[in-house]
Amino acid sequence: MATLELSLDEQAAEPARRKRRLGLLFWFAMGWMVLVFAVAILADVLPLPSPTDMDMLEKRAPFSAEHWLGTDGFGRDELSRLVHGARISLIVGLFAPVIGLTIGGALGMLAGYFRGRFESIVVGSMDVLLAFPPLILALAVTAYLGQSIFHLTCILGVLGIPAFMRVARAATLTLARREFVIAAQALGATHARILLRELLPNVLLPLLAFFLLAVAVTIVVEGALSFLGLGVPPPISSWGSMIGEGRESLDVAPRLAFIPAIAMFLTVLSFNLIGDTLRALTDPRQGAL
Amino acid sequence: MSGALLSVQDAVVDLPTPRGNLRAVDHVDLSVGAGRTLGIVGESGCGKTMLSRAILQLLPKKAKLSGRVMFDGQDLPQLSPEKLRKLRGQSLAVVFQDPMTSLNPVLTIGTQLIETIQEHLELDLAEARKRSIELLAAVGIPAPEQRLAQYPHQLSGGMRQRVAIAIALSCEPKLLIADEPTTALDVTIQAQILDLLAREQQRRHMAMIIITHDLGVVAGRTDEVAVMYAGRVVERAPTPALFKQMRMPYTEALLAALPKLDAAPHTPLPAISGRPPDPTRPLKGCSFAPRCRYAAGRCNTEKPALSAAETPEHVYACFHPIETRARVEA
Amino acid sequence: MMQQLAMQQMASEPLLKVENLVVEYAVGGRTVHAVSDVSLDIARGETLGLVGESGCGKSTLGRAVLQLRQAVSGKVLFDGHDLTAMHGDALRRMRRRVQLIFQDPIASLNPRRRIGDIVAEPLVISGVKDPDKRRQAVHDVLAAVGLDPALVVNRLPHEFSGGQCQRICIARALVLNPDFVICDEPVSALDVSIRAQILNLLEEMKARYGLTLLFIAHDLAVVKAVSDRVAVMYLGRLCEVGPSEQLFATPAHPYTALLLEAIPVPDPDVRPTESVAVGEPPSPIAPPSGCRFRTRCPRADARCAAEVPELRTVAPGQSAACHHPLI
Repeated sequence: MATLELSLDEQAAEPARRKRRLGLLFWFAMGWMVLVFAVAILADVLPLPSPTDMDMLEKRAPFSAEHWLGTDGFGRDELSRLVHGARISLIVGLFAPVIGLTIGGALGMLAGYFRGRFESIVVGSMDVLLAFPPLILALAVTAYLGQSIFHLTCILGVLGIPAFMRVARAATLTLARREFVIAAQALGATHARILLRELLPNVLLPLLAFFLLAVAVTIVVEGALSFLGLGVPPPISSWGSMIGEGRESLDVAPRLAFIPAIAMFLTVLSFNLIGDTLRALTDPRQGAL
Repeated sequence: MSGALLSVQDAVVDLPTPRGNLRAVDHVDLSVGAGRTLGIVGESGCGKTMLSRAILQLLPKKAKLSGRVMFDGQDLPQLSPEKLRKLRGQSLAVVFQDPMTSLNPVLTIGTQLIETIQEHLELDLAEARKRSIELLAAVGIPAPEQRLAQYPHQLSGGMRQRVAIAIALSCEPKLLIADEPTTALDVTIQAQILDLLAREQQRRHMAMIIITHDLGVVAGRTDEVAVMYAGRVVERAPTPALFKQMRMPYTEALLAALPKLDAAPHTPLPAISGRPPDPTRPLKGCSFAPRCRYAAGRCNTEKPALSAAETPEHVYACFHPIETRARVEA
Repeated sequence: MMQQLAMQQMASEPLLKVENLVVEYAVGGRTVHAVSDVSLDIARGETLGLVGESGCGKSTLGRAVLQLRQAVSGKVLFDGHDLTAMHGDALRRMRRRVQLIFQDPIASLNPRRRIGDIVAEPLVISGVKDPDKRRQAVHDVLAAVGLDPALVVNRLPHEFSGGQCQRICIARALVLNPDFVICDEPVSALDVSIRAQILNLLEEMKARYGLTLLFIAHDLAVVKAVSDRVAVMYLGRLCEVGPSEQLFATPAHPYTALLLEAIPVPDPDVRPTESVAVGEPPSPIAPPSGCRFRTRCPRADARCAAEVPELRTVAPGQSAACHHPLI
């Protein structure tokens, strides 16, 4: 047959995936990430003093062999608090966006796919949620339900829903007009199948990229809330509450505020860097001519 | 060819890509005399657009151009950016395929047109406005005064292309490059726009390059045609001579592959098998050889140079040129 | 004898019958009259070409046939069943017999799914459970459209050129063995040399799978190359229907004549005539009264503004909607 195309075999010989240079920065970010996750997971197993044991004789002790990063205003081991704080920051920082991702992502996809009145309702209610001052919400919830990691995660998660909804809806709106979706409809695919097989894989990527950004933002916001005393209840340490406590001794021991601040800075930066790289890597058209 | 307004000599455009070097334009020689029309025909990816960008000095930043582009006695790649800018406004103009993207969506037609005229012709506002209205009327836009206050999105595709042509013509260019000017338009509008271009070209005695994928578009409206394939000009001839006797098998195959209005329905089309070669992996021999039904022997090992047919104006790059008309029918 | 008669009845009964179809939709609060009172028949095994300029409603008509666009009124009878009256599962089952091929082959393939999955999708949806059976069917159909299944199934759409993607789209449309395929500008996005390959392939596939085609395009020459009959649309209305050769030789509607004249002929001896076309198509939001073509028609008079022309037979098999037909 004259119509057979010849150049396919030639393409097949070419290695399907070329190695891409990721850069030193990416590997530094990756290294820091692995370190933070490792110590957060292994916090209880590591040979560290308890983060809540106070030693009133050793208040604001400098770096030493016993206390590698010194002690805080109550004589608690700073390194141990930092490691346990990483745990809180990561739990809240990861789980709150998961709430936003699932609920916001699902709402956004449904709104973008079905349009009509459902979309108006979803977008309208999200606008209301966005307009609600987040601090008041946090205050209200902690006042009525009490301070806990669970409540904090839920508050931050709910606050993230509108943003995830918007990302998912925008992506779905453009994709739903593409011919491959219409083709699936023409084939007689059910709405569920179109949403899950055709749309979800394409919407998921922008959502995941946004997820990494949201993790970074959530860690910062959790810090801010804890700093204000609305976050995790004492004596549990989180990076934000450590910075807040360190504020009182900024003049005598600035390190007490700066060490958790640096940890937070590096973590947030790493999340953003990794997010950017992954986004660039996973675009299927990258490198295609 | 000293009398040529534009002459491109041995132009090569290289584009670095993640897959390696892409030679978009491969040793191209072309010339256009004042008031003449040249058609450049080729399929997507054949380098025709890159060639036009090279002439306009509007290549992507990472692209590398070698060779000479002589326009009106000046070698364009040697000019300073400031001089180039002036030249592009005054004697070199371009009309692109999609007028929606070549017009600024947030400025009115009037602003875009009047500013161009003011900048290059140094007229005052009232005069520039008057000229804009004349120009819009000349390109066949009804109620030109009201159009000045409109935005591109308020016009239809055909009207937008007319506006783009008006802007291109505003400074009386010596050469107009029309890059697929009608590809985005409907057939009846396409005919109108091509007529308009031809009429204005005659009236202003400007040279014109029409870049297109459609042999039908160049047939009746050009003096000379250059056929491009895989970055090279593979055949170049005065239009009547080319259509009377094509030498290059590619040109012949391209024409044969077009559905004809006078053919009976369900006539199988003589398709060209395969597809153009990957421009990042240049072939050793003739680029068309893998798809050519006449290819044999050195076609696969040696690149054919451009050689002249019976007249020096008709050149082709082929070892086995089509000799007689009979083979076209065969 | 009775049986024979019934068979004949079957054969003469059109596979698709569109009756007085009206499709309108709102854009920014205003109504677009995309398809207005269109009636069409397509016989079994026939290819009907549908031509018109952009915005004339030809694509909307194609989608309305598949019920991808809700019709305001009118019927779409496919093999005797009224698709406009069907919903849910019944409609989904019917759709499997009607397939669609689009203009942009790359956009019609999900960029994140492998070719093998894309082509197998129709089988999965229609409930073919056995993966071996599916694999075999995908293999067969890919080979039929001129692709090497072994090389293709594990790749992603972006690894293919436009022409190859269109072959994949055709394979997907054919894998269920449909009766009817709607081709919506299947070659407009392709290069000339690839265009001929795809047109030939469609003809080949039509013969091999016994298809009936609705071939939508704006290029008259392309439409003529594949169609038995041609219908011309302008601004939502049908202007003219007739056997291809007859329609092209003796167009009855001034719009058909204008379209034919506007085609650039690849022959320098044919000097292009200064086009007679006046102006541009009006907006389908506010179509002209009476005959919709009258604002650009050289023959228009008062009657054309007052009265909508009905589709009338002007020659055997050929009918035109014009008060002043050319024949």
